[in-house]
Amino acid sequence: MIHVESLTKYYNDLCAVDQISFDIKTGEILGLLGPNGAGKTTTLRMLTGFIHPTSGNISVKDFNIDEHPLEIKKLMGYLPESAPLYHDMLVYDYLSFVLSIRGIGVEKKTPRIHKLADLCGINEIMHKPVGELSKGYRQRVGLAHAMMSDPEILILDEPTSGLDPNQIVEIREIIRRIGKEKTVILSTHILSEAEATCDRIIIINHGRIVADGSAETLKQSASGEYLINILLKNAEFKSVKDELLSIDGIKSVTPIENEEYLQVKLLCKSPSDLRGNIYRKIKQTDWILVGFYRETRTLENIFRELTREV
Amino acid sequence: MRQVMNILKKECGLYFISPIAYIVISIFLLVTGWFFFSTFFLYNQADLRNFFNLLPLIFSFVVPAVTMKLFSEELSAGSYETLLTLPVTFSDVILGKFLAAVVFVIAMLVPTLAYPITVSFLGQLDWGPVAGGYIGAVLLGAAFSAIGLFASSLTRNQITAFIIGMTICFGMTLIDKMLFFLPLSILGFLQFIGADFHFQNISKGIIDSRDILYFLSVTFVALFGAHLVMQEKN
Repeated sequence: MIHVESLTKYYNDLCAVDQISFDIKTGEILGLLGPNGAGKTTTLRMLTGFIHPTSGNISVKDFNIDEHPLEIKKLMGYLPESAPLYHDMLVYDYLSFVLSIRGIGVEKKTPRIHKLADLCGINEIMHKPVGELSKGYRQRVGLAHAMMSDPEILILDEPTSGLDPNQIVEIREIIRRIGKEKTVILSTHILSEAEATCDRIIIINHGRIVADGSAETLKQSASGEYLINILLKNAEFKSVKDELLSIDGIKSVTPIENEEYLQVKLLCKSPSDLRGNIYRKIKQTDWILVGFYRETRTLENIFRELTREV
Repeated sequence: MRQVMNILKKECGLYFISPIAYIVISIFLLVTGWFFFSTFFLYNQADLRNFFNLLPLIFSFVVPAVTMKLFSEELSAGSYETLLTLPVTFSDVILGKFLAAVVFVIAMLVPTLAYPITVSFLGQLDWGPVAGGYIGAVLLGAAFSAIGLFASSLTRNQITAFIIGMTICFGMTLIDKMLFFLPLSILGFLQFIGADFHFQNISKGIIDSRDILYFLSVTFVALFGAHLVMQEKN
């Protein structure tokens, strides 16, 4: 559906996006993650044709963005960051303007506006000027604007910013519902959001792709390391450490402050689950095992590892 | 062309829902009305020469004030991004906005038709120069709108846009009055650049293709400039 090849953007001497390449399939929900200034917005703006890449190539379906920008714009609905809209215009007038620009006939206009007003929950504010709306409502109008012509590709730059928790859940549901038939690309720095909504996540840092895959594969693939927590009674840290380090695959044993029990954290590096080996080892001793669990790696950890400043 | 119409409609809507439109029109009518009628009875002549003499000067202040927001407001609010990611081309946006400014200038001129009507009651009014003057006024307004639009595309600050636009329009109005200071060799050329020179020709009732061509080329050059600025921003 969308093919991006070695996309690069320089702002004067500052390299905002550096040789990014990826493909997006129809019906995929892609999350673009990254710290502030990583190049998310710049990438999205280049995809929509709002700014011109310094070098590189974008094609959507069979259209190249240099040769057929209008065709591509017709396929796309775009919600820019912080939903900039005309302050003096009424919401209804604005949406109706968008529909005319998108070439939707008068007779289809009203039902379409009604449908989206219901979907985005903006029925009560249809006849207010955009400038008077709260941030959340403006965001919803922006979302309605992006979905107005039922586009095949939806590009959303931080769609849930400024919304309250209920609305965030609603918007995510809407995105997931649309994502069944449409291609959605969204940028966010809220990790749980990316995990909850996206089929695929691309993490960018300093304009480069540092990770690409589903939330699950990202969690697993991250260097094959994982952590195991153990709570013990009737045991000495020193002997525990010696015993456990003798197991193949355990890299380190660190004590964790705990008043009642001896708690240790094991850093394991092994393709298989080492819990069986650890259990057998403990069974040979007279330690009392109180707690034993493998820590699931969160996207947060992965994100921090990948985007940490060196 | 359909997109130009859509943008024109939107811009006109934005003009006339804000009170600024009516304030600008009122100030324009007040200023022209005062300058025209305060000396009208002293001249004791039933014509509108005084009105048309002043028009380029007044337009060079008023028209940039009308056009200053066209791009600047969008750039500072960020709606420029929303607009350009809709399926429109640069020319659609520029033409739509330009035509909206022209519509506004015409709306501003319509109430001044009261002047010739009043004058025609007072004496024998020659309608030829009046018609010429209004055609000239629309052409002049269009040229100044294009210049103002260009100025507006340069900056996100409306005041800066106004000052740039006003300076260019004011310079073009006054240049043929400053010829005294300028070298003789380029005098003819500079006189030809002056907007007032061409406007006064038309407002005498002489519609010369050179004058019309002048206004059309100024309009085209300014709009093309705005197009280049948009391309540069992209």
